[in-house]
Amino acid sequence: MKIDVKHVAKLANLKIKDSEIEKFEKQLSEVLAHIDKLKKTETKNVLETSQVTGLESITREDKADSARILSQEEALSNTKNTENGFFKVKGVIQSE
Amino acid sequence: MNNKPLTELTIKEAKEGLRERKFSSVELVKECLDQIKRHDKKLNAFITVCEKEALEQARLSDEKIKNGDRSPLLGIPIAIKDIFLTKGIKTTAASRVLDNYVPQYDATVVAKLKNAGAVIVGKTNCDAWAHGSSGENSDFGPTRNPWNTEYVPGGSSSGSAVSVASNMCIAATGTDTGGSIRLPASFCNVVGLKPTYGRVSRYGIIAMASSLDSIGHFTKTVEDSALILNITAGKDRFDATTPQVKVPDYTVLNSKKKLKIGIPKEYIEGADNEIRITFNKALKVLSELGHEIVDVSLPHTEYAIPCYYVIQPSEVSSNLARYDGIRFGSKRDTFGDEAKRRIMLGTFTLSSGYYDAYYKTAMRVRTLISKDFDEVYKKVDAVIAPVSPTLPWKLGEKTNDPLKMYLSDILTATVNLAGIPGLTVPIGFEKGLPIGMQILGPQFSEEILFQIGSAYESETQFYKQKPNL
Amino acid sequence: MKVVIGLEVHVELKTKSKMFCECPTVYFGKKPNTYTCPVCLGLPGALPVPNKKAIEWCVRLGMALNCKIPLFSKFDRKNYFYPDLSKGYQISQYDQPFCEKGWVEINGKKIGITRVHMEEDTGKLVHEAGSTLIDFNRSGISLVEIVTEPDFDNAADVKAYLQKLQQIVRYLEISDADMEKGQMRLEPNISIQGSKKPYKVEVKNINSFSFVEKAINFELKRQEEIIKNGETPIQETRGWDEKKQQTVSQRIKEEANDYRYFPEPDIPPISWTTAQLSGLKSSLPELPDQKLARFKKEYKLSDYDCEILIREKSIADYFEEAVKVGNEHNISPKQIANHIINKKTDVDKILPAELIQLIVQTSKTVQVDTKKLDETISLVLKENEKAVSDYKNGKEQAIMFLVGQVLRKTPKIDATLVKEKIKSKI
Repeated sequence: MKIDVKHVAKLANLKIKDSEIEKFEKQLSEVLAHIDKLKKTETKNVLETSQVTGLESITREDKADSARILSQEEALSNTKNTENGFFKVKGVIQSE
Repeated sequence: MNNKPLTELTIKEAKEGLRERKFSSVELVKECLDQIKRHDKKLNAFITVCEKEALEQARLSDEKIKNGDRSPLLGIPIAIKDIFLTKGIKTTAASRVLDNYVPQYDATVVAKLKNAGAVIVGKTNCDAWAHGSSGENSDFGPTRNPWNTEYVPGGSSSGSAVSVASNMCIAATGTDTGGSIRLPASFCNVVGLKPTYGRVSRYGIIAMASSLDSIGHFTKTVEDSALILNITAGKDRFDATTPQVKVPDYTVLNSKKKLKIGIPKEYIEGADNEIRITFNKALKVLSELGHEIVDVSLPHTEYAIPCYYVIQPSEVSSNLARYDGIRFGSKRDTFGDEAKRRIMLGTFTLSSGYYDAYYKTAMRVRTLISKDFDEVYKKVDAVIAPVSPTLPWKLGEKTNDPLKMYLSDILTATVNLAGIPGLTVPIGFEKGLPIGMQILGPQFSEEILFQIGSAYESETQFYKQKPNL
Repeated sequence: MKVVIGLEVHVELKTKSKMFCECPTVYFGKKPNTYTCPVCLGLPGALPVPNKKAIEWCVRLGMALNCKIPLFSKFDRKNYFYPDLSKGYQISQYDQPFCEKGWVEINGKKIGITRVHMEEDTGKLVHEAGSTLIDFNRSGISLVEIVTEPDFDNAADVKAYLQKLQQIVRYLEISDADMEKGQMRLEPNISIQGSKKPYKVEVKNINSFSFVEKAINFELKRQEEIIKNGETPIQETRGWDEKKQQTVSQRIKEEANDYRYFPEPDIPPISWTTAQLSGLKSSLPELPDQKLARFKKEYKLSDYDCEILIREKSIADYFEEAVKVGNEHNISPKQIANHIINKKTDVDKILPAELIQLIVQTSKTVQVDTKKLDETISLVLKENEKAVSDYKNGKEQAIMFLVGQVLRKTPKIDATLVKEKIKSKI
């Protein structure tokens, strides 16, 4: 099983240098070959586990609480790319 | 206490000494900081040392102790794995991506430990983003095993295990997603606890794999481990995956109950001879303590690594998406190779056309692995097994072979998939390198693990051995 | 050529706190990044905890749209990268939404509601020359998404559906659904059958009711042209440009975004008991369609009158209050309806009982000496011959002028009565 590293990197918003593509392809293919062992398992009528806790319906009341609110300064504190209280990035096209 | 250096004390002993004013927290913390200064250049267990803050906290602790404050960790020096957010103290995940990140809030566990009076001496090194089993994936250099510095200490909570093993602090926090507490604990001759998934809040801890991350800690003794769990365990309103399960007093360890212990054959079959020999010695001790040892089987063990290495990277790929360099951190091309590998692998296994074959299948195999344990626990109270099929390996031995490194998790990953707890205790040495065993129980059975572990520990006292630094 | 339109509408819920954290939901007009917390800002280590009320409101909306409510539901992660998406994924619902397979009646047609589900809103982008600014105050606000089957085939029905949906949402008091404030957002998917290849065009940025029909009709015309030329319209997202009054290509999706949905591991699934669902069902107010039918039957008013009265729940409630009081004073529902509709009663300023009093007063004036009134009217008609001939020549307003002249001489008379009398005299 071969992974299309270029395609996957694009989906993952990662830049992989052309010189590294082969390396990653090889490494990931080896891992996938091992993972393909899963195909040997009999899982036809088995339910999926996405929650080991068995918990259900954990919610919170609709109350506004300022305990965790960050000040604008705190929110912006870890980047220099700000402008008038906004985070700033290079221009993008309108909306998803 | 005799003339033992303060740094060699357990939490229990240190608390007593502080209460009896045999020494002060400042003295204790200062000795730990000196130990760090002496040995950390070689061992590289710490990314950040908080000397000033720690001494100030120690000073305040001494005053509180004078005023009769009995907070459970008052004045005790601990270290925090650098994926736990500490407000105002740089938190890097051992990655260059976050090498300047100063968190705006504390993780719940950090707040709890601080509330209990603990003094944070520093943030420990680990595999970047907790991706690793050896401690070699850190962007801040590998951590070394204090028992033989040419060998790996195990990962990903490498720095935390080493800091306790080399007496740079008395306890340290860690996380275990596929073995990241148990493996370094067993490689460093310390006690490591991976609690039941959801027993301890994950809020404020950089997520690796959300459905697998367990928040635990390293200590010198089992009793100390129980003491820390008393503080960290419990439902957190900021983490919806923490069930409302009562937190008992885990330090009540006087149960003399004789238990039935299962030894899974699949975990022994692949282990090296030297591991098996030491493990059998441990079983003999357990037998002599009155427990019944029986053979059991966990038939889907061979699918643990394939299953784990689908689910974990899938969740990793999503959890690392927030690191886009906009609100914090550097750009995504700053990620190291291992992070990139896992992100890509996980993106692939979730992608259109592959989701069913990989992620969905893995989620079903996960059910089978969990059921294996459910079945076994109908017959036994606990399961005991080796933690690693081999002794610690040399630095650099597996770094060129990602798959080989992943296979180090072969005896530990099942536990995370089932969400059950595991306590690692030292069981001896071979070729000068530590070996540990893992005591596993059903969900929320930490009391049983502590019971078995502490009786074994009293009998064997491996924790009294110290590395030659 | 058959027109096929399906709609996706997002409604912003007016909960007090956000969907997955306790940040207040005020953000309109506030300083940027002042209502965020580790959760909605997507900081390392933060975890979501869902808002119970938001979920209940979503289910109630689904019920109001005749949906089935599965007993088991969950959240999923929708993974994609965009600067306004702080976590790099949006917590939404994929294959097990809270509500599905409902319907709503629009202009006599049954429109299928595919699903109603919950998700969180993104931050807001402000575009400048060369850069984009991001404000995360809006990030994490609760959104309900209502998806219809592609059952529409014209723009007028789409507008009617939106109006109905807005009305239902306001009746349920779960959102103010103001399109101009972005509290209700519409994305029609438009296509026309008969092209070489199947395709779909999504239209965004329609920010007011007045542009809904225009935008859709423009788009239909554009697509028709392309198909007539034997080509297939490009599958893409287009934006409505208000200034240019046309849709503009925004982005050609070379490949549909692979969202890699998987169950949200940080949030346990949601399960309902039938008792809980019955409780939610009984908490629903009488919905517009039901109220309309009842008003017609009970108050014997025209369709037109009923539609206006029930347009807003507060007015409908006011009307019914007034009817109760009116019953004690011999004032009929029709009289009350007339007053509210024609005289545009300010229901916030005058109590139902006060309204009845007012009507009683004005109808008392009917006890005026009709002989005297007739005389006054004749006099006014004689004195204002131009107005009379204006009216006869079709100038409607002239009659109001004449009424006014009569009222000047005999102020306490019901204007409607005067108008009728003048008409009969002319």
